[in-house]
Amino acid sequence: MQTQPDLIAEARRQAEICNACRYCEGYCSVFPALHAERAFSDGDITQLANLCHNCRGCYYACQYTAPHEFDLNLPRALAEVRQDSWKALAWPRGFAALFDRAGVAIAAGLVLGFAVLFALAQAVRPTGGEGFYAYMSHGLMVAIFTPAFLLPLAALAVSLRGYWRTVEGGALRLSDIAAACRSAGRMKNLDGGHGDGCNFEDEDRFTHARRHFHQATLYGFLLCFASTSSGTILHYGFGLEAPYAWYSLPKLLGVPGGILLCLGTGGLAWLKTKADPDLGARAAWGGEMAFVLLLFAVGASGLILYAATGLAAVGWLLPLHLGTVLTLFLLTPYSKMAHGFYRMAALTRDAARKREAAA
Amino acid sequence: MTTDPDIVVIGGGNAALCAAIEAAEAGARVRILEAAPKPYRGGNSRHTRNFRCMHHGPLGPLVDSYTEEEYFADLMKVTGGETDEDLARLAIRASEDCLPWMESHGVRFQPSLSGTLSLARTNAFFLGGGKGLVNAYYRTAEALGVEVLYEAEVTHLEREDDRITWLDYTHEGQSHRLSPKSVVVAAGGFQADTDWLARAWGPAAKNFLIRGTPYNRGVVLADLLDQGVEQVGDPTQCHAVAIDGRAPKFDGGIVTRLDCVPFSIVVNKEAERFYDEGEDVWPKRYAIWGRLVAAQPDQVGYVIIDSKSLKLFMPSVFPPIEADTLEELAGKMGLPPDKLRATVEGFNAACGDTSGFHPTELDGVATTGLTPPKTNWARPINQPPFYGYSLRTGVTFTYLGLKVDARAQCTAGNRPVSNLWAAGETMAGSILGQGYLAGFGMTIGTVFGRIAGKEAAAHANAT
Ligand SMILES: Cc1cc2nc3c(=O)[nH]c(=O)nc-3n(C[C@H](O)[C@H](O)[C@H](O)COP(=O)(O)OP(=O)(O)OC[C@H]3O[C@@H](n4cnc5c(N)ncnc54)[C@H](O)[C@@H]3O)c2cc1C
Ligand code: SF4
Ligand code: SF4
Repeated sequence: MQTQPDLIAEARRQAEICNACRYCEGYCSVFPALHAERAFSDGDITQLANLCHNCRGCYYACQYTAPHEFDLNLPRALAEVRQDSWKALAWPRGFAALFDRAGVAIAAGLVLGFAVLFALAQAVRPTGGEGFYAYMSHGLMVAIFTPAFLLPLAALAVSLRGYWRTVEGGALRLSDIAAACRSAGRMKNLDGGHGDGCNFEDEDRFTHARRHFHQATLYGFLLCFASTSSGTILHYGFGLEAPYAWYSLPKLLGVPGGILLCLGTGGLAWLKTKADPDLGARAAWGGEMAFVLLLFAVGASGLILYAATGLAAVGWLLPLHLGTVLTLFLLTPYSKMAHGFYRMAALTRDAARKREAAA
Repeated sequence: MTTDPDIVVIGGGNAALCAAIEAAEAGARVRILEAAPKPYRGGNSRHTRNFRCMHHGPLGPLVDSYTEEEYFADLMKVTGGETDEDLARLAIRASEDCLPWMESHGVRFQPSLSGTLSLARTNAFFLGGGKGLVNAYYRTAEALGVEVLYEAEVTHLEREDDRITWLDYTHEGQSHRLSPKSVVVAAGGFQADTDWLARAWGPAAKNFLIRGTPYNRGVVLADLLDQGVEQVGDPTQCHAVAIDGRAPKFDGGIVTRLDCVPFSIVVNKEAERFYDEGEDVWPKRYAIWGRLVAAQPDQVGYVIIDSKSLKLFMPSVFPPIEADTLEELAGKMGLPPDKLRATVEGFNAACGDTSGFHPTELDGVATTGLTPPKTNWARPINQPPFYGYSLRTGVTFTYLGLKVDARAQCTAGNRPVSNLWAAGETMAGSILGQGYLAGFGMTIGTVFGRIAGKEAAAHANAT
C-alpha cells in the first residue's frame, strides 16, 4: 500500500515554499531536514511528516496562510501524510482501517476485553490465590497478556522496517538511536526552538502546557510499564507474588505512574479541545481523542483498582482495568500509540542525516 | 472600546506596535487602528526576516562586533551619500539597545538562516520571521491594555495650525471620528496604490508587482501632505528588485526572489541581453535589476540557465520552465526562438576559459568582445535541459514620506505639529533618500517607533 499521492503532493508543494522561505528554520528539526534537500521524494516527505510534532509554531508565524493564495498549513499537510503513512505501513494490512475507526475500535476492544476477561475470571475462578489472583490466576493473566503484548510489537516491527525502507535509512547505528532517545527524552523539539514551548491551545501563544502534559503521559506510562515489569521479575525471579505492599517496587512505580498518566492524558485531552482542529489531520481528531481517553482509563482504572483492594468490586474492576490494558496493547500498532515508535524511527533517521551531513 | 483613547496609533506593523507598547508602558491609553483584517495584520513587517543591529561583542544571535562607524559606512555605500547623518547615527546607536528590548517584549531570534551566513554578524534573524515578531508584539501590547481595531482604515486627520484635532476612520462600513491627544502615524509607504506609483513612475508601474501588503496605499500620507505637513524623499523613488514574474500581484514576499541571475543570461522579450548579469554578487545587484527590468518592453525579463547551474542558487517558490532545446524553451516562454538561439550562441562564443569558475566569489570568468559583457561567472549555456524564469519588477517600498526630527515629530510650515509623530516606512525617507541596506527598515521602525511612542505618551500625559 502506498501513501496517498495527493496528500504527499500537497505536502511537497508546501515544503517547496518553505524551502524558498526558511523563516521557520529554528522551530524544530523538520526545517533543517527540509532545507537540506532541493527536491523531495515521497520518502523525504514521509520522513518530514514523522519529524513534525504538530506544535503549530510554523503555522502561526507563516505569512502565507489562508486567505493568502499560497495557503500554507504545514502542520496539517504533514499531519495528513503522517497519519496516512501509518496506515500505509500498518501490518497486517487489513488492520490499517482501524486508524480511521479508532473510537469504534477502542470501544469494541473495551467491551470485548472486559466481557472476555470477566467471563474467564468467572469461569475459571481460581480456588486459591490472594489479592487479584483470587479473581484470576496468574497463569491465565500471563497466557492472555504475553501474546497481547508481543504480537503487536512484532506487527510494529514489520511496520517500522517498512518505514525505514521508505525513508531510505541505511545501516542502523547505535549512536543514532542514542541521539534520538536523548532528543525524545527531553522532548527537545517541543520547546519550540526558543524555550517558550509550542503554540497549541491558544493560537500563537507559546506555552509549555503540551510539552509538560505529554511528558507526564510518557513518563507515567513508562512508570506503569516498569511497575508491571518489576512485578514480573519479582514473581519469576524471586518467587515473590502479588499482592505487593505499598512500599514495594511495583507500587512505588505504579502509583506515581498512574497519577502522572491520568494528569498527562487529562491535560492533553483538555488541550485538544482548545486547539484548532484545522491544523491537524481532521479525520484523525476523534481517534486521537479516543486514544488519549483510553490511556486515561488505563491509569485511572489501575489506581481505582489499587484503592479498591480487598473490596468485592475488584471482581469487576480487575477485568475492566485489564480490558483497558488489553485494548491499548492490541491497538498499539493501529492507533496514535504507534506515533511514539515512528517518531523514534524518524529521529533516528534524522540523527543519521545530520551525521552524514557533518561528515 | 468605551472610552476614547489618549493616543491613536495608525497602522499595525512593527513601527506601530513598538510605538503602542512604549506609550502603553508610559501609562497612556492606546488604540491601534489597523487597516488590514487580522490574518493580514502587520503590513510589510510580517514579511521581514531580520533587523540590522550595531553591537560591541556578541549580542543575542549576533557574532563578533559591528561598530557604529562600520554600520554607517555600509549605509553611506548603498545610499550614495543621500543620508541624513544625524538621524542615521541616532538609529544606528539606538539599535544596540533595541535587541534586548525586543527580546523582553516577546521577540525571539534564531541563528542566521541557512544560505545567509554572511549576515550572521550584522543582522539578527527573527524566529518565525516578521509575522512571528508581529504576533509577539500584539500579545505584549494587548497584555498592556492596548486596544486593537482591525479593518479600521484611517481616511483623514484634521490639522488646525500646529495640532491634529480629530481623525476619521472607517470600520465595518461606517465612518467614525476620534479626538485623541496624540497621534502616531506608522502606516507605511504608498506602493500598494499602483495609480499613485504610475503617476510618479509612468504607466510602466502598472506592471510592477508589490512584494508586500496591499494595505499600504498612502492614504494618510497623501492626506497629511495635502495639508502642508512637511514631506521628504523623492516621489519617483521606490525600492524595487527583480523577482519571479509569476509572483502574485501583492504579498508574494520573500519566496518570490530569484537568485539565479549571476549564473544566467537575462534577455528581454525580443530575446536580447541588456545588462551585465555578472557585475557583482546578487545581494548587491538585485535592486538594480528591479530597475533594469522596469526599463524593458512590457517590464519583463527572462532568465536562461542550463542544467549545470540549477543547483547553484536557493530554490525559488515556482519551479523553472524546463525544455530540452532552446527553441522549445523559447516557445514555452513566448520568446522568438531563432533570436534566443542566436543570442545564446553569441554569448557562448564569447565565453572563454571557465576553469576558474567559483559560484560564491567574483571569479573574473568573463566574456570577451560581447556587448553588454558578462564580467563574472560567464559559462556557456549548452547543457540541456535548459531552464527559464521570467523576471518582473517587485516594489518593496517607496521613499516619499513625512519629514521628522530626532524626536520623530512631524512639522508643518517650519513648526512642529505638537501632537503628531511618525515612525517606520512612512518617515524612512527622512533618513535615506535612495538605496537600501538589508535590515535597516526594521531598525528605523523599531527605533523611531519607540521614540514616537514615548513622545506621544509624554504629550498625552501632560495634557
Ligand atoms: C518582502 C519584504 C521583505 C522585507 N524584509 C526586510 C527585512 O528582512 N528586514 C528589514 O529591515 N526590512 C525588510 N523589509 C522592509 C520592511 O518591511 C519595512 O521597512 C518595515 O516593515 C516597515 O515597517 P512599518 O511598521 O513602517 O510598516 P508596515 O509594517 O508596512 O506597516 C504599515 C501598517 O499600516 C497599515 N495601514 C496602512 N494604511 C493605513 C490606514 N490608512 N489606516 C490604518 N492603517 C493603515 C497597514 O495595514 C500596515 O499594518 C522587507 C519588505 C518586504 C516587502
Ligand atoms: S511555514 Fe511559512 S513562514 Fe515558515 S518557512 Fe514555511 S513558508 Fe516560511
Ligand atoms: S508544526 Fe511544529 S513541529 Fe511541525 S513543522 Fe511546524 S514548527 Fe515543526
